[in-house]
Amino acid sequence: MTGSSLFQFSEAELVAIRLSLKVAVWAVGASLPFGVCIALVLARGRFWGREFLDVCVHLPLILPPVVTGYVLLLLFGKHGPLGRLLWKTIGLVFAFRWTGAALASAVVAFPLMVRAIRLSIEAVDRRLEDAAGTLGASPPWVFVTVTLPLILPGIIAGAILAFARSLGEFGATITFVSNIPGETQTLPTAIYTFTQVPGGDAGAMRLALVSILISAVALFLSEFVARRVARRVAGL
Amino acid sequence: MNLEVDVSRRLGAFTLEARFTTDSGLTALFGPSGAGKTSLVNIIAGLLRPDRGKITVQQKVLVDTERDVFIPKHRRRVGYIFQEPRLFPHLTVRQNLLYGRWFTPARGRREQLDHIVELLGIGGLLDRGPALLSGGEKQRVAIGRALLASPHLLLMDEPLASLDEARKSEILPYIERLRDESRVPIVYVSHSVSEVMRLASTMVLLADGKVTATGTVSEIMGLQDPE
Repeated sequence: MTGSSLFQFSEAELVAIRLSLKVAVWAVGASLPFGVCIALVLARGRFWGREFLDVCVHLPLILPPVVTGYVLLLLFGKHGPLGRLLWKTIGLVFAFRWTGAALASAVVAFPLMVRAIRLSIEAVDRRLEDAAGTLGASPPWVFVTVTLPLILPGIIAGAILAFARSLGEFGATITFVSNIPGETQTLPTAIYTFTQVPGGDAGAMRLALVSILISAVALFLSEFVARRVARRVAGL
Repeated sequence: MNLEVDVSRRLGAFTLEARFTTDSGLTALFGPSGAGKTSLVNIIAGLLRPDRGKITVQQKVLVDTERDVFIPKHRRRVGYIFQEPRLFPHLTVRQNLLYGRWFTPARGRREQLDHIVELLGIGGLLDRGPALLSGGEKQRVAIGRALLASPHLLLMDEPLASLDEARKSEILPYIERLRDESRVPIVYVSHSVSEVMRLASTMVLLADGKVTATGTVSEIMGLQDPE
């Protein structure tokens, strides 16, 4: 390992970085609408089975990621009931594809996302929603024009948390979709691979630095955006 | 204007059973704290469902439990000014004022922004955020916001209660102008004798969930006063 080679990324490393970003962006983007809906239901719904839903959503937070990955494999694998259904109906395949890595990341990050959004929903002054109603706004409009802007900081915080968690996802991903370069090999699994082969230290180091950099930038950005939005929402 | 209310609603151990009719420009709903005044206006606004009863505003039925009619709050065209201003913190004063217009059909718009802004003296605040306004300014914006939704009836639930004396006397003249210059009938909730004497022509006396008297202010105040 020479000094100059530390900053020379190999093609395989660049592929892993790009794939990681793609997987995390898709994991967060695709699960965000569901996250908002589930958070709403958990914060305001009063129905039988709410506690059960709450437990299900939070389960991936406590389960060993390997178990989450294995359950995903059973459900969404080639022969799993949901995997087969999605393949037959809309041609969506998760098994050993990058889409599967995105699904694993989304599931593992989901509880963090829902928690952040739910807290912001519970903090909304519902009297403002009543006021909007007396001004002529129907419930869906009240949500779009009052509730949604007020919970925006929570949604941003939840999305960034989920993004960071997705980038770090290892156990569920490697169990569900394995560690295929160019298809499912993300930053953590690539780093793991480098540490398992002789002479892989430099690659592991480079990718570890990239991971740290991406996480730091994401955190900084989220702080910045959240502060601006919070100021706006506070009416300053 | 014509408002007919005949409703009942149980709230825990408390039972509201109110019945009154008024034709006045400003009707005061007067009574001690806990008499059920806020619950009653919440029922008129559609925030609370009556267990039984009927409400009509200018011959338009808002609720009739016998015929299973319940117009939801956003279709009642009943403006509501709450004890607290409840301005939307993420919108500017101008956006707050115009909020109700988004949901008012063009032919139903009776009030102009310029006119309301002038009436309430809030011209200098339009581009500010609500957080930096004083209590009196916020409440004036809240009044303007309710008016600009062109309501058929305006409910004011102790709009001065959260303000100090100086702020109260800042807002009272605006409410008087509103009563005299706009054609929107007002139901004004208060437990302050001086406010009622100054503003109202008709009053409805509420005690322990029941209407105990309805009439002109002088009649009722005469009744109240043993001398």
